[in-house]
Amino acid sequence: MLNFSDILETVNMIDREHLDVRTVTMGISLLDCASDSPDKLYTRVYDKITSCAKELVPTVNAIEKEYGIPIIHKRVSVTPVSLIGGCLDCDGYVRLAETLDRAAHSVGINFIGGFSALVQKGMTRTERVMLDAIPQALASTQLVCSSVNVGSTKSGINMDAVMIMGEKIKQAAYLTRDDSSIGCAKLVVFANVPEDNPFMAGAFHGVGEAECCINVGVSGPGVVAQAVKGCKGRDFSYLAETIKKTAFKITRMGQLVAAEASQRLGVDFGIVDLSLAPTPAVGDSVADILEAMGLERCGTHGTTAALALLNDAVKKGGSMASSHVGGLSGAFIPVSEDRGMIEAVETGALTIEKLEAMTSVCSVGLDMIAVPGSTSAKTISAIIADEAAIGVINGKTTAVRIIPAYGKEAGDSVEFGGLLGRAPVMKLSAFGSDEFIERGGRIPAPIHSLRN
Amino acid sequence: MNAVITVTGKDSMGIIAKVSTKCFEYGANIVDVSQSVMREYFAMMMLVEIDALTIGFGDFVDVLKKLGEDNGLTIHTMHEDIFNSMHRI
Repeated sequence: MLNFSDILETVNMIDREHLDVRTVTMGISLLDCASDSPDKLYTRVYDKITSCAKELVPTVNAIEKEYGIPIIHKRVSVTPVSLIGGCLDCDGYVRLAETLDRAAHSVGINFIGGFSALVQKGMTRTERVMLDAIPQALASTQLVCSSVNVGSTKSGINMDAVMIMGEKIKQAAYLTRDDSSIGCAKLVVFANVPEDNPFMAGAFHGVGEAECCINVGVSGPGVVAQAVKGCKGRDFSYLAETIKKTAFKITRMGQLVAAEASQRLGVDFGIVDLSLAPTPAVGDSVADILEAMGLERCGTHGTTAALALLNDAVKKGGSMASSHVGGLSGAFIPVSEDRGMIEAVETGALTIEKLEAMTSVCSVGLDMIAVPGSTSAKTISAIIADEAAIGVINGKTTAVRIIPAYGKEAGDSVEFGGLLGRAPVMKLSAFGSDEFIERGGRIPAPIHSLRN
Repeated sequence: MNAVITVTGKDSMGIIAKVSTKCFEYGANIVDVSQSVMREYFAMMMLVEIDALTIGFGDFVDVLKKLGEDNGLTIHTMHEDIFNSMHRI
């Protein structure tokens, strides 16, 4: 028999602590859509997405209603388009992005990911063309998200791609300047990118994946913050244990939704991503958790240790609750999407240098950070290189989603609205890195990549 | 299939009567009930069998939600499995 207090606990988590399943993302392989004719390619891509994902939104809505769990996003990720666009020129890739956008609107999802390229070691001709198309593709679509992997522990860092991405981010910011440079919020540069991540903007459907599968991203910073608040004065062992138990419960819910959705849709169950993804809502913040551990403000000394404990405990608890864990799985620390992080930046407690340190122990990286519009492409490339180095050397995923907000200066703020939130423009180093970035070539893979 | 109805809010007369009347009206068979009142705060959990519902489960959820709103209460109706998966290994 069910326990009365357990039931009230669950209802309370949903009602007051923002517990939700953040996203149900359907991964769709587009490898069979490749063609030597651009028009044929567009038609095949549109038809495949709209037929595979036709029932996605109604099915997930039905699950949401039946189980009483809010499921916030329904999304689709596809095969990196650079793998199927061999017949396209730069304009052709923009048309392909528009095709993805139309398909996304038609099935009622709110983002589609996979306008992506994997160039961690080198670039093919078509990948080079596709990178050039990214800024215009993001400017002329609403729902398309783009990601580029520029490094991996196995292959090192492709510094040519890092240099190009600095320029593309600047161009995307300029092309969407009338809309808070929002193009950059839909573009992530990765190192060690996971191929089954359900979270945007970095989701795509990897080449080793099935024809079609369901990946689910759980969330729940509010629930963890509440649990941590109940540990006041207790030691770290007790704190870690409490977070583990909470993460277990959250993940069980995600596992249930993933299993149910994949069964009803008749597609493979991919993974559950155990992430704490904050939103700008009050009480749904990762910074709140860190502060509840006893830090006066997120960003002060001790923050990296607190985040490391949180990230590890979430994984330990969550991994026992799901049959397949994957994606990014850990705590996200986006600035604009987390009210506590915004406040920490605005009060001067959190700087870009501290954020960078935090990314060495969180699940992703420098996420949703606005910097002055005058920041040079080379400086952005240098920021990407730093993050990629942290990822490549430590064998973890890192990413950069940075917005050089057109016309804005440090201390200003950029409003994106909705879940993307509001980003305070952060101060960067006044010194350049141009000559370093201009070297080009590859930073070799670290010695510990030689594991065979 | 079982569902769990939870009712929380300020205590008043006839809450159980109102909820169980709706259950009867739409063919939900009550299997178990437990409730408590702490100070003026009312909390109830009702386990109901929903195989013979005369309307869709989604509509039943809405009927009870509306009943809650009309009476200043919060009423959730959720599939039993969510609690089983969260609290049992």
